[in-house]
Amino acid sequence: MTNEILQELIGSWFPNPEFDKISEVVAQSEKDEISEESVESPTPINPCLLEFSEEASQFLNITVQPEQFYTLMSQLKTNEQTQFNYLFCLTGVDWGEELGVVYHLESTIHRHIVVVKVKTKDREHPSLDSVYDIWATAEFHEREVFDFFGIKFNNHPNLKRLFLTEDWDGFPLRKDYVDEINMVIK
Amino acid sequence: MKQTTTIDKGLTEPYQINMGPQHPATHGVLNLLLTIDGEIIKKVEPDLGYIHRSIEKMCERDSYQQIVHLTDRMDYLSSNINNEAVCLTVENALQLEIPERVKVIRTIIGELTRISSHCLWWGVMGMDVGALSTFFYGFRDREMLNDIFEETCGARLTMNYNVPGGLMLDIHPNFVKRVKKFIAHFKTKIPEYDRLLTQNVIFQKRTKGVGVLSKEDAISFGVSGPVARASGYSCDVRKYHPYSALDKVKFNECLKTEGDTFARYQVRIMELWESMSIVEQLIDNIPEGEHRVKTNAVIKLPKGEYYQKVETARGELGVYVISTGTKNPYRLKFRSPGFSNLSVLNHIAVGGKIGDLVATMATLDLVIPDIDR
Repeated sequence: MTNEILQELIGSWFPNPEFDKISEVVAQSEKDEISEESVESPTPINPCLLEFSEEASQFLNITVQPEQFYTLMSQLKTNEQTQFNYLFCLTGVDWGEELGVVYHLESTIHRHIVVVKVKTKDREHPSLDSVYDIWATAEFHEREVFDFFGIKFNNHPNLKRLFLTEDWDGFPLRKDYVDEINMVIK
Repeated sequence: MKQTTTIDKGLTEPYQINMGPQHPATHGVLNLLLTIDGEIIKKVEPDLGYIHRSIEKMCERDSYQQIVHLTDRMDYLSSNINNEAVCLTVENALQLEIPERVKVIRTIIGELTRISSHCLWWGVMGMDVGALSTFFYGFRDREMLNDIFEETCGARLTMNYNVPGGLMLDIHPNFVKRVKKFIAHFKTKIPEYDRLLTQNVIFQKRTKGVGVLSKEDAISFGVSGPVARASGYSCDVRKYHPYSALDKVKFNECLKTEGDTFARYQVRIMELWESMSIVEQLIDNIPEGEHRVKTNAVIKLPKGEYYQKVETARGELGVYVISTGTKNPYRLKFRSPGFSNLSVLNHIAVGGKIGDLVATMATLDLVIPDIDR
C-alpha cells in the first residue's frame, strides 16, 4: 500500500467533525454567492488529532495526540487493510520541551511501514498509554524508555527500572541530565 | 481434622534462585531470576544492566566516524555487520555513491562474519548441552576466519573495517586465495558437524520439542533472525530490504516450521551453507576500483530522520538516527536483535525444566553487550 492510500485510510478513522459543517457552509456560501474570505479550506482529517508528514524521513510519519494514541495503535494492528503486526523499533526521544516515543511499525502481510510519534509536554510526570497488550515486545522496550526517559506507561504490568538500579537518580538519556563524575563532556 | 502437608498436595513452595550473573550458560553477565517449583520453571525474569555502557548517550556526543567504532562493542560476534549498519545510514543520508568494489567486499566480509559467529555458537551450543568437544571443532574453523580478518584489517574480533564512504583499507593480496581455501575446507567440515552433534541421539532428545515458539508469538515479541525463521516467520532483512551487494546474489531464506530448539539449531546450520554460497558467488568477481570515496572530514547529516536495518548473525539490527544538521546525532537508537529475542525467553521457558532452559538459551544465541548497549 502506498503512503498516500495509507494516509487517506488512517485519516478516515479520525474524521473532522467540522468538515461536514464547513463543507455545508461552503456549499451554502457558493449558493448565496457570499465572499469566501472567511471560509478556510476544510480537511477531512481532524488536524487537532493527527498530523501526517513525509518530510525528511523515508517513511510515513504520523504524530498523534496522547488521548487518541491507544485507539490509533489498536486500529493499526487489527484493521484488515493495515495489519501492522510487527513493532520493530520503539524509541524514547527528548525533543527539548517535549518528551515522546517513536514507534516503527511494519506489516509482515502487506510489507508496508509507518512511524507513529506521540509527544507529551509534561516533563515532571510524563505518562502515555502502554501498548504491551497489542505487541508483546513493547513490554521490554517500554521499560527501557521508562528507565532512561522517565516516561510512565499506563497499564504496564511491570513498570520498573530495567538496566539501572532502583535507587538511580534521574533519567540519563534526557538532554538535561547531568552527571559530573561519569559523563565526559566535550 | 485432616492435616495437609506439602507432600499430600504433591507440591512444593515456589522459590526464587539466581541464574547468573556468573553462570557459564548465560555467556556473559546476564542474571536470570528464576521462580521455580521443584525443577519446573514458573517465571524467568532477566535482570539486566551489568555491562551497560550507554552507547546511545555516547553517540550523542561523538562524530559519525567515531560512532562506527562504538558499534563493535555491541554484538562483538557480528562486529563488521554492525559497522556496516552505521556506515550505510550515514551514506544513505548523504546520498553518497558507493563503489561496487566496496559493496561486494562488505558483503563477503559480512557473510564470513556470520559464519564465524555461527561457528562459535555451534561450539558453545554443544558445550551447553554437555558435549565439550564441539567447542574445539567450532573454534578450529573459526580460527581460520579470524586469521583472514587479521590479515585484512589487523583485528580479529572488533574489526572496524568499515568507515563512512567505504573501507579503511583495500583487501590484502592473499584475501581471495585464503577465503577460497577456507570455503573448500569448511565444506568438508559441516558434514562433520552433523555427524558429531546433529545426528547425536542424546542431543536430539535434549532439543526436540523444547522451548517451542509459535509464529504469531515470534512476530508479536519482535523476534528476528534464525530464532524467528525457525518458527516459520520469513523475516530475512537480506531478502526484504537488501543492502550492499545482496541484491545481486541468489540465496535461500532458511525456514523451519517446528519452532523448537532443534529447529533453531537446524536453521543456523543451513545458514552456514547459504552464507558460503553467497561468498562463493562474489569472491571471483570482486570489481576493480576505489575502496573508499572521499567524504568531508566533519560529516554533518542533513536535518531529518534515517532508519537502516541490516541482518546480523542474531537478527535484525536497526539504526535510527534523528539529526538536526549538526556533526553529532540528536538521538541515535540501536534496535538490537538480542534485546527483543531475550524478551521471549520467559514466554517459551515457563513450564520447562532448568536443563531445558539452558538448551533454549543456547539457541537464542544471546550476546549480552548487544542487550546491554
